[in-house]
Amino acid sequence: MKSLRRFLIRLANFATGQRADQRLGDEMAEHLAFQVDENLRAGMSLTEARRQAAIKLGAAEAIREQHHAEQSLPFIESLFADLRYAVRMLLRSPGFSLIVIATMALGVGATTAIYSVIDATLLHPLPYSHPSELVHIEANLPGVGARDVGISIPELRDLQNSGIFQYVSLSFFGTNDLTGSAQPMSIASKSVSPSYFAVLGVDAQLGRTFDPHDATPGFNLEVVISDGLWKRAFGADPHILGKTLRLDNDTYHVVGVMPASFRDQGQNSDERSADLWAACGFFGDPAPAPMRGTRFPFEAIARLQPGLSPQAAQGRLDALVASLKKQYPADYPSQGAWTLHLTPLAETLVGNVRRSLILLFGAVGLVLLISCVNVANLLLARASSRGREMAVRQALGAARMRLIRQLLTESLLLFVLGGITGFAVLFCAQKFLLQFVPESMPRLNDISISWGVLAFAIVVSVAAGTIFGLAPAWLTSRLDLTATLRQEGRGSNGSRRRSRLRQVLVIGELALSLVLMVAAGLLLRSFWDLFKVQPGFNPTRVVAIETSLPNPNDPKTDIYHTATQEAVLLREVLRRNRAIPGVEETAVSDRAAIPLGHSQNDRRAVPLFREGQEVQTSQPPQIDTAVVSPEYFHLLGMTLLRGRLFVDQDLETTPLVAVINQAAARMYWPNQNPVGKRGRLGGLGRQRPEWITIVGVIADARTESLAAAGIPQVYLDIYQRPAKFLAFYLRGQVDPAAISAQVRTQIQAVDAELPVFRAETLDDVLSSSLSVRRFSMEMVALFAATALLLAGLGIYGTISYLVNEQSREIAIRLALGAQRRNILRMVLRQGLGLATAGAAVGLIGALIVSHLMAGLLFGVSPYDLSTFGGVTAVLTAVAIAASYIPALRAMRLDPITTLHSE
Amino acid sequence: MAEKPDVLQGTLALMVLKTLDMLGPQHGWGIARRIEQISGDILTVNQGTLYPLLLKLEHEGSIASQWGASENNRRARFYRLTAAGRKQLQAETHDWEQTAAIIARFFNVKAEDLA
Repeated sequence: MKSLRRFLIRLANFATGQRADQRLGDEMAEHLAFQVDENLRAGMSLTEARRQAAIKLGAAEAIREQHHAEQSLPFIESLFADLRYAVRMLLRSPGFSLIVIATMALGVGATTAIYSVIDATLLHPLPYSHPSELVHIEANLPGVGARDVGISIPELRDLQNSGIFQYVSLSFFGTNDLTGSAQPMSIASKSVSPSYFAVLGVDAQLGRTFDPHDATPGFNLEVVISDGLWKRAFGADPHILGKTLRLDNDTYHVVGVMPASFRDQGQNSDERSADLWAACGFFGDPAPAPMRGTRFPFEAIARLQPGLSPQAAQGRLDALVASLKKQYPADYPSQGAWTLHLTPLAETLVGNVRRSLILLFGAVGLVLLISCVNVANLLLARASSRGREMAVRQALGAARMRLIRQLLTESLLLFVLGGITGFAVLFCAQKFLLQFVPESMPRLNDISISWGVLAFAIVVSVAAGTIFGLAPAWLTSRLDLTATLRQEGRGSNGSRRRSRLRQVLVIGELALSLVLMVAAGLLLRSFWDLFKVQPGFNPTRVVAIETSLPNPNDPKTDIYHTATQEAVLLREVLRRNRAIPGVEETAVSDRAAIPLGHSQNDRRAVPLFREGQEVQTSQPPQIDTAVVSPEYFHLLGMTLLRGRLFVDQDLETTPLVAVINQAAARMYWPNQNPVGKRGRLGGLGRQRPEWITIVGVIADARTESLAAAGIPQVYLDIYQRPAKFLAFYLRGQVDPAAISAQVRTQIQAVDAELPVFRAETLDDVLSSSLSVRRFSMEMVALFAATALLLAGLGIYGTISYLVNEQSREIAIRLALGAQRRNILRMVLRQGLGLATAGAAVGLIGALIVSHLMAGLLFGVSPYDLSTFGGVTAVLTAVAIAASYIPALRAMRLDPITTLHSE
Repeated sequence: MAEKPDVLQGTLALMVLKTLDMLGPQHGWGIARRIEQISGDILTVNQGTLYPLLLKLEHEGSIASQWGASENNRRARFYRLTAAGRKQLQAETHDWEQTAAIIARFFNVKAEDLA
């Protein structure tokens, strides 16, 4: 309390610049006068009395100083003095300051940029209250190798009653056709069980969300819409509540509008930008009756009871699973080994980008380290020119700690200015920079340059400034006074130590940039290999345009319920599309068949029952299915290996046929000809699925992911199995910009209520499927280039310094008749020595790093010899080039002027 | 000639407070002189320590000061004890006595007392 009061008074005195010199002066004068009086009383003469009084008082200046120290805050005062001095030094060598600030701005700016992405994605992935309570529930059948098989309604009820969760919900992402406005729209929507918003813990800005205890069997015909949709489609109508929407030909009421800040959770960016939520119980029309074995491939998320850790919850869940298995042995056959697995929701959202982001953060950290090393190197270089200044200060009585403090203040000022500059550039350029972040990045919209990011930038610069400013300050202030004053620091002990440290720093810089370059090289090779990989289909000159057919809750009102009904539409649209000028070929498929399409959500694995094998197991393997028209394979250039493709004679009335890919043939009919074999594909159908005969095998194509070859796939004929979400393909000489409108006209000429959206060339789809990889590759390459540049500058500076140090020696050698060529070689050898040492250290680091990033590579070994060799060669070349300029200077040294100037 | 010892660090504050408590408001020289007298001129008060200390005590609120006229009509700055200072003096006196008593006991103890 007392010391706080004292501190505040001192702070106030410091801030107001209030000084007590006058008061102290008066007090001392009076003190002296009293002492003189006393001395006179003791019988001294006046002069003697004054002399003795002055002696007794002591050094007036020292008293004044100590008094002033108590009056104000000397530490802060000297800090300000140091700062003033630092600013003067900074302005005196503007070139040096500019380079240091720019280097640090680069390092801190880049690190902060990546941090802002990480802050939004990895650190705050879920914009909901108590995000750690949110979990994703996944049902697996490890016994038959099936993952995420979904949850049935009785299982959902068991989970809700288990006491482990506050709320559990199912959700299903899809699209709905919104009709009634000027242009039919396809809306990203979620069918959710009524407790969905209770799980997330969010409320509507207008109206309400669904009541968690609502027990509608099917859709309850109420929807909640997003703020975006509210503004886009309804002009932010304040009376929106209670209005009706026509979705897939059903009528819904709007009951709530979510706040603008609300973002849905989900695996991909489509899902996260859902615009509409409809509540559904999933146990009445259109869903089948609630049987324990009827599992929905829906996403189950839940909110744990407060204070329950995911581990503890998993334990209780395992117990529940065990008791359910005992209770319903028929529904959980032992060979399936049914399990329920909890994952923190945050992890499922960022899992796929985590590695890329950590790689980027590592890379940018190295760039920051290299910039710091570079700046430390520059500070050391300046130290040699300030040796005399330091010596004079020490000779005048400055303590070493005081000098270090002053030098540290100078470097901290430079680092912090650099950091703030970097942050400012980032802040101004954030719009521009965000364009380069791939859209598939989770929470892209929430990446922002916030106060937290500013704090990060400042903390990083201060930490870097302290760490990398301390060593140069230490060495600069450590000198042999007499030697330095006599010969201006040349050849003194301190300078030799400094030059050794500079060499170590340059070696470190070279090593770090080698690590980065190897990482960039490997990523580049992977990306190139992926880009060059034979996808097994031909994407050139193909445009895909999507549409979706209404899917009303009552099948009786569905005008496209059967394949025959739908075929009329499809054949007519295909005929009209073929007539568009420039179009050579057309085809149609369901959305799951779009090669590398971003709607991975449409990829639905269904159980495959093979004839003759169904006796062994009632838990069949899961296989991806796609529904395509006969022309699909030819349009995409997929080759038939065996049997036949679909033909026009395959109709709803003829036996069901399927085409599988080679991977499926290898996995499910090994060592036999699958053509003619029969199987059933399970699904949500209420009746027993029909037998399907395999009629053909096509070559594997990388339609799921460029990086993954041979994912088993079964294709069905769209004229036998209707699909709601369609993609029309057009191959030919068409303008992708204009084609969308042309196709829309054609489709809507057949059915004016169909939305037409998202026209993309397959080349674009293919390239955006690589977007995260490309992003990290480009970023790491950029960082590596920066690192190389900095390392080049570092080695240039160090060699120049060495040449400067040795100029006398070189001049003597030249005067004694040394060949100029030899001088050049001598300097270059020094550069090469540094490069070799740097490369050796760097190669070890690179081996460790490449081992760690093996999972991010494709088609290239983490120890790829050509990458390592090439990068080392580039680094050596740069090092030699950077030493060449000072070497030339050394060679052209005029011995006479040099020796005279000494 | 033997140097007179300076006042022990940390005890000067206590002496200043005690002096002011005993003699009422005093000016700087007066405080220094009294402390020296009371110590029997064994101690000298370093002015370089005294004035900053007075300022510190004032900042802490233990004493207050104002200009006034001295006994021989010279203008002088007088320091006086505040209520907080009086409380501090009591606390510190108590602490000091305790410490002194412990030290004294250590000096007086004999080996046979501990047997």
